Amino acid sequence: MGRNTTALTAGTIAPDFALRATPDQLVELSEFRGNPVILAFYPADWSPVCGDQMALYNELRSEFAEFNAHMVGISVDGVWCHRAFAESRKLHFTLLADFEPKGAVARLYGVYREREGTTERALFVIDGEGVIRWSYVSPVGVNPGADGILKALEQLKGGAT
Amino acid sequence: MSSHESISHAGTEHAAATLVPEVGAHDHSQGSATASVTLVEYGDYQCPHCRRAFPLVQKLQKRLGDRLRFVFRNFPLNEAHPEALHAAEAAESVAVHSGEEAFWSMHDALYTHQQDSEYALDDEHLMKYAADIGADPTTVGMDLEKEVHQKRVKADFMSGVRSGVNGTPTFFINGVRFDGNWSDIDEFGAALS
Repeated sequence: MGRNTTALTAGTIAPDFALRATPDQLVELSEFRGNPVILAFYPADWSPVCGDQMALYNELRSEFAEFNAHMVGISVDGVWCHRAFAESRKLHFTLLADFEPKGAVARLYGVYREREGTTERALFVIDGEGVIRWSYVSPVGVNPGADGILKALEQLKGGAT
Repeated sequence: MSSHESISHAGTEHAAATLVPEVGAHDHSQGSATASVTLVEYGDYQCPHCRRAFPLVQKLQKRLGDRLRFVFRNFPLNEAHPEALHAAEAAESVAVHSGEEAFWSMHDALYTHQQDSEYALDDEHLMKYAADIGADPTTVGMDLEKEVHQKRVKADFMSGVRSGVNGTPTFFINGVRFDGNWSDIDEFGAALS
């Protein structure tokens, strides 16, 4: 599972949670039941490169949609920050604010970095029954890309038929 | 439950990103095919970071000479850069109708002019650059309208995704993603040597 040993691994039931996507919208993981979910924890909005991780996932919405998979980004940034970030980068998927208590969901998934006060760059692919089927923690400076996610979704689809 | 295990296994094997497909005849390449080092860039013509990388790559090509082959593949981030897809299609159109040398002239022109104005990469300017380098602008314009080369550009993009491209520019050195700092020409050069 990459280099991190505390991150939840494949076969584990994905802990449910409820986080804000906007000031007045609360999103629960269990709402996605029946379809795969990709949880992408990332350290912070506003990373200084234009081709960043969230921008890449934004480009791949149609590929994820082929698997009926929902992409959800999670960081410790607040909802207003997420809103400005999403507007600026034209992101068309949900960003959740793991803001209060800070990093609580990241801790549940074993991907909180105490020293920095941010989450790891961690990916979880969760199946329609709410079981983690693949997880990966990238070195925090390295954007993990999307190839691992697509492979996991393909295997999920193959295993389901 | 066995399928869970197999996916878990795949997860642990998620290794360093490697280039798929390998460099081949369909690629745009500069330099000797027998060069000891092949550098592949996944780039976006509207990306300012790619533009910054452009003169660095040229310098390294000069420095390394026959030892380096350079390949460019398209990775337009459409949402972030609304004109990147057409710019890539225009360069592909030039390649098909005027040859590889013209492709590279177009590639260079796109990065050279990227920041000229906010209109630097609109269709009109893409056609102008094509004319400047001796290609037929009308053909480029028609190809853009009919999206003739979009499939090729998107195939490049998906090959990048599958190879672990995570932004632009992303470089591969002899098929392995370079995660170092390309903007430091000495570090980049050392990785190529």
